[in-house]
Amino acid sequence: MPDIDLGVTPLRELNGALHKLPPETNERHWVIENPAGRHAIAAGLNAPLNVEINGPVGYYCAGMNKLATVNIHGSAGVGVAENMMSGFVHVSGDASQAAGATGHGGLLRIDGNASSRCGISMKGIDIVVQGSVGHMSAFMAQAGNLVVFGDAGDALGDSIYEAHLFVRGSVKSLGADCIKKDMSDEHKAALHDVLTRAGFNGEVDPSEFQRYGSARTLYNFNVDHAGEY
Amino acid sequence: MDTTPITTPRKSATFDDYSMSEIRRAAASGIYDIRGGGAKRKVPHFDDLLFLGASMSRYPLEGYREKCATDVWLGTRFAEKPIHLKIPVTIAGMSFGSLSAQAKESLGRGASKMGTSTTTGDGGMTEEERGHSSILVYQLLPSRYGMNPDDLRRADAIEIVIGQGAKPGGGGMLLGQKISKRVAEMRTLPEGIDQRSACRHPDWTGPDDLEIKIQELREIMDWQKPIYIKVGASRPYYDTALAVKSGADVIVLDGMQGGTAATQEVFIEHVGLPTLGAIRPAVQALQDLGMHRKVQLIVSGGIRSGADVAKALALGADAVSVGTAALAAIGDNDPALEEEYQRLGTTAGAYDDWHEGQCPAGINTQIPELAARLDPELGGRRLANYLSVLTLETQTIARACGKSHVHNLEPEDLVALTVEAAAMAQVPLAGTKWIPGLNTE
Amino acid sequence: MCGIVGLFLKDSALEPDLGRMTARMLATMTDRGPDSAGFAVYGTGQAGQTKLTLRGPSVAGIENTVSKLKQTFPGTDAALYDTHAVVAVPTEDLARVDAWLGRECPDTEVVGRGHRMEIFKEVGLPKDVAARFRLATMHGTHAIGHTRMATESAVTTDGAHPYSTGGDQCLVHNGSLSNHNNVRRALCREGLTFETENDTEVAAGYLTWRMREGLSLGDALEVSLEDLDGFYTFVVGTENGFGVLRDGIACKPAIMAETNQYVAFGSEYRALADLPGIGLAKVWEPEPATVYFWER
Repeated sequence: MPDIDLGVTPLRELNGALHKLPPETNERHWVIENPAGRHAIAAGLNAPLNVEINGPVGYYCAGMNKLATVNIHGSAGVGVAENMMSGFVHVSGDASQAAGATGHGGLLRIDGNASSRCGISMKGIDIVVQGSVGHMSAFMAQAGNLVVFGDAGDALGDSIYEAHLFVRGSVKSLGADCIKKDMSDEHKAALHDVLTRAGFNGEVDPSEFQRYGSARTLYNFNVDHAGEY
Repeated sequence: MDTTPITTPRKSATFDDYSMSEIRRAAASGIYDIRGGGAKRKVPHFDDLLFLGASMSRYPLEGYREKCATDVWLGTRFAEKPIHLKIPVTIAGMSFGSLSAQAKESLGRGASKMGTSTTTGDGGMTEEERGHSSILVYQLLPSRYGMNPDDLRRADAIEIVIGQGAKPGGGGMLLGQKISKRVAEMRTLPEGIDQRSACRHPDWTGPDDLEIKIQELREIMDWQKPIYIKVGASRPYYDTALAVKSGADVIVLDGMQGGTAATQEVFIEHVGLPTLGAIRPAVQALQDLGMHRKVQLIVSGGIRSGADVAKALALGADAVSVGTAALAAIGDNDPALEEEYQRLGTTAGAYDDWHEGQCPAGINTQIPELAARLDPELGGRRLANYLSVLTLETQTIARACGKSHVHNLEPEDLVALTVEAAAMAQVPLAGTKWIPGLNTE
Repeated sequence: MCGIVGLFLKDSALEPDLGRMTARMLATMTDRGPDSAGFAVYGTGQAGQTKLTLRGPSVAGIENTVSKLKQTFPGTDAALYDTHAVVAVPTEDLARVDAWLGRECPDTEVVGRGHRMEIFKEVGLPKDVAARFRLATMHGTHAIGHTRMATESAVTTDGAHPYSTGGDQCLVHNGSLSNHNNVRRALCREGLTFETENDTEVAAGYLTWRMREGLSLGDALEVSLEDLDGFYTFVVGTENGFGVLRDGIACKPAIMAETNQYVAFGSEYRALADLPGIGLAKVWEPEPATVYFWER
């Protein structure tokens, strides 16, 4: 089980070694010490690895992640798990702006707060935040689920497409074309599924969440909605 | 009976036919005019520059035997695998979605035959394009439609798009008529809706944070592939300096004549600089940073002939990129289709409502029957022919100026026909020593 | 585009280390700003005295200025730092000293003045700039620093931050204003003068003007949200602490960390990573369009 100290091993060497591992590798478990806020740690992973990072990370940790599980024991900077394709990224602390940005798949779990633009332009990723999310979260969110146990900041879901937003706390304001939607049994079941995959085994009740999504009035230009642009 | 003659009816130069028709259209529809292409109005351009061929003090190269080399290395600054092009002309970024699959395939075939690259667009990489392009540049745009690390890894270079010449500051636009099932799937959008696109990148703003983003991309690609930054011509000196400081290997500079698939007409015609005005400041920035020829400069926006290519190179570019011309080469706006253009309410050479997806040439459409009209093999051959002519023309001019490599063309090989062109290109007015703004001789 | 750092010490036992800690934070932000760097340190002040930080055209030039100054105004304390000097003059002499400097030393600029504030800035890599001015040896209660990647104006010392906005006050900025030219013209009509094309100089001038017109710094920052357009994170130094403001869109980064010993600011977490006890600090990001102050 490789144990890498980023104070000693250059990041490029670490990432290079991780990238060389074939999908069938049995060198799966890696521990990274001393990240000290460095950027792009474990970016571009492409195999079912299990990476533990002991400490806070900088920007784009686990960027474009595929297949791997990345556990960040600390906080994450801008763009954690940006453009993730599959796999699981878990931040025990807070996440900065643009967490899970443009992600296509996989699951991002943040135990603390996520900052502004959480899930911006998301394209299928599932994001679960135990704390709150900041302003402009789910901006232009196309697909996937954003689940927030705490509150959401201003302009939630501005210009949203088809992503599903579930917020348990308050929403400071909704963005253009984002509206409250009903929580049917079907939606509760879907939310329950996301929560289970995120590691919450029944301790969180889906009925406590409110669903938000697209009003679909901006799908084809209509001069009467020009004010929204 | 009153026989006073009437004065000749006179239309306003300000409120001309075009402006008046546009006002009526706006009043009827309540939406801005959207079209494709680049700036159509006349602006100072390469036509206003001339080369000084060999004479008493300079001697030309013979054709054929005395080589005039045309190859270009791109991405030598940081990448382990820089790109080697056989000709200094590349194919600009155009999306599958705005273009048909057949059009993208044509471009790939033609470019590969000539040993140069094509570029994906705002929609991601298709299998056809990767299959047919021997050198493929993969764009990273604000929308991130279709972006994925597998395509990143199999690309030959990454082009981070800050903006393009037609709309510096604007995002992508694709209207419902072209969001077919396949396009929708690639972009993760519902079919048939109007795509709204972001104009800023989602996870960074500003060159200081771009630097960190570039670092991430390099790490993901293990530092192998070159990273380009594309900007629309706006503040070319500072934009180039900042692109260098952010860590770019190559800068792509697109002037206002550069085309887009679709955006507001006012954006195209009134935002951004003409290509001619953007090149020297960009080159100056590279020279001031000691990076000229180390960070390569690709110029696009209105490149039509080998004369344009040669002039861009003489002003300091390492290569040029063609978009509008490449589409024309494979059949866009061909007078042979005049009847159909008339039916669309336009005429060959003026057709620019590409967002409606009705392109009779099968290029700017997703309608299968129309797209099928374009034979990708024939299209590829036509593009290769055109690129070949561009290269031969560039060599002809370069040889006449005594150059054994097209990169040895320099500003002093040029003079200008107008004061504006002289000032923008920073070359003397023909027959004089005068460069407006630089010297007083 | 830039990096910003700020450190406000709650624990006076750390005051001798202020410079060393700030220098490390500054060096971490080199990638964000390799062109030039600057910092403001709030050290000790003497009652009845005002400190002026002077910048000369060269090391020899500033030495010359200081020696002439001391001859003309005996009783002036001066410390030399490369191209800069900090002179302490009795406050009642300040106007005369200012006038004298303007007349006799036209190539010497007053980059800052105040009871406690000293400002240093130069072209060059942040670690080199810090070394030239011996930042690592400086003591004080708080400091702010800046590393610059020039965007639309030239890389000169004049373009470097911090900019002084008044006695014991200064401003650093990460971002890009979009209406600073119009604001500059309006401020010129109000009697302010500007040396550069730099947007931050305009922001500093704007705050100075608002305070001249009677607003507190906090209120001036509040109204700046309406008058200044663009993307920005501002950190202002004051005699007793520092303030932070992000614009309403808040794209430019800002991280804060607080422990019993300090409040710190950085453009990236990396700048804070070496601070004592950072592992247990409260770390958060300031909200957009909200003015924050930490003061004694």
